[in-house]
Amino acid sequence: MLELKTPLGDEAVAALRAGDRVLITGHVYTARDAAHARLMKSLQAGEPLPFELKGQVVYYVGPSPAKPGRVIGSAGPTTSGRMDPYTPALLERGLKAVIGKGSRSMAVREALKRYNAVYLAAVGGAAALITRCITANELVAYDDLGPEAIRRLTVERFPVVVINDARGGDLYEEGLKQYCQAGPA
Amino acid sequence: MREVNVSSVTDAVDRLCRSANEVLGEDVLAALKAAREREESPAGREVIDQLLENARIARVEGEPMCQDTGLAVVFLEVGQDVHLAGGDIEAAVNEGVRRGYVGGFLRKSAVQDPIDRRNTGDNTPAIIHTRIVAGDKVRVVVAPKGGGAENMSALRMLTPADGRAGVKAFIVDTVRRAGPNPCPPIVVGVGLGGTFEKAALLAKEALLRPIGQTSPDPATADLERELLTEINRLGIGPQGFGGRVTALWVSVLTYACHIASLPVAVNINCHAHRHVEAVL
Repeated sequence: MLELKTPLGDEAVAALRAGDRVLITGHVYTARDAAHARLMKSLQAGEPLPFELKGQVVYYVGPSPAKPGRVIGSAGPTTSGRMDPYTPALLERGLKAVIGKGSRSMAVREALKRYNAVYLAAVGGAAALITRCITANELVAYDDLGPEAIRRLTVERFPVVVINDARGGDLYEEGLKQYCQAGPA
Repeated sequence: MREVNVSSVTDAVDRLCRSANEVLGEDVLAALKAAREREESPAGREVIDQLLENARIARVEGEPMCQDTGLAVVFLEVGQDVHLAGGDIEAAVNEGVRRGYVGGFLRKSAVQDPIDRRNTGDNTPAIIHTRIVAGDKVRVVVAPKGGGAENMSALRMLTPADGRAGVKAFIVDTVRRAGPNPCPPIVVGVGLGGTFEKAALLAKEALLRPIGQTSPDPATADLERELLTEINRLGIGPQGFGGRVTALWVSVLTYACHIASLPVAVNINCHAHRHVEAVL
């Protein structure tokens, strides 16, 4: 079990391999479909983004609302593939890791190699468990998007698994190679 | 004729929305525990351990087991001898959803228009399926459906020549192509026959059957068994990390269909397999 602190350095990211189990401590920025669309619009218009990308981590999540006295509601990952169209541009600008679940496109996997970044998976549906790792929750942008707003979460030992490393490794492919008993598709 | 005030439907829907999201069904828990024993992949076993622990935390702390508390899919079975009084029944259902999702701190995951995509703010409207049945009761089933697994669902209008082999190939291929995205281990509902829309509804209704219960029709039960085996040979495993357990169960509902058609609908559900009911 590797421990990583944000912001993430190039060396630490380059050393990760598909299948590595990692505990992340520090800050992650939440963003999913609607927030990514707005970030892209800003990038294309040459406008500044609501947060600095270099060395940072984006977590694809739309949390349920926090009960009174709680930091956040349940906060497990959403399906990453929907953010594929937006991801290479963010990686190009220094984003070092994205956390979600489910497979990424070849374009994203190529961009991870090109820009030295990694794709990590949190366990989908273990939302109440993941919430226990979140110690603070601060609105950053797009409040009108409700659960889809960009928030800065402070996390402590948030467990994730490396799916795609910066060298082209893919845990989903490795898993199938090891366990698939079906004939060719 | 028995009068049922729609406010009791509102109350039931409110209650059921919350409990569906916080308390995982006994049949699902049992299936996850059995899957833990069957799973050979260490990563897969660890995922299942986390899911079981997550279910415990959700139940004990009254938190949703998954942040995607879904669209509210509501099945109403209204007895012929019931008079629904006190207002519009669909408005009553939606008021129940509103109270459950707002009061219950569940996520508001509905957008009013698929293109415009502005959030409705209260998780309404519900998706309501109503049937008139014999008797004087009202049965309310709330089955919240998240987006991830629902997005991996598929329907195809096969032809009669495709036959049983074609049906199986389409279902298994749908699961194969979904891979890790629907949050395995999954539960698969299949609608076979009917028309385009009937097949889809059958597939959703198939997901209401308890895990472990097979079709009462022997030929369909054979199909279910074979599908479960073939799906689990895909090796996708829990969360797609590789393993022996990709699906916990497969249920198939069939219906008569046109001499020229063979509709097959595959509705995939994740392991947060949520459906609860009340009879009024």
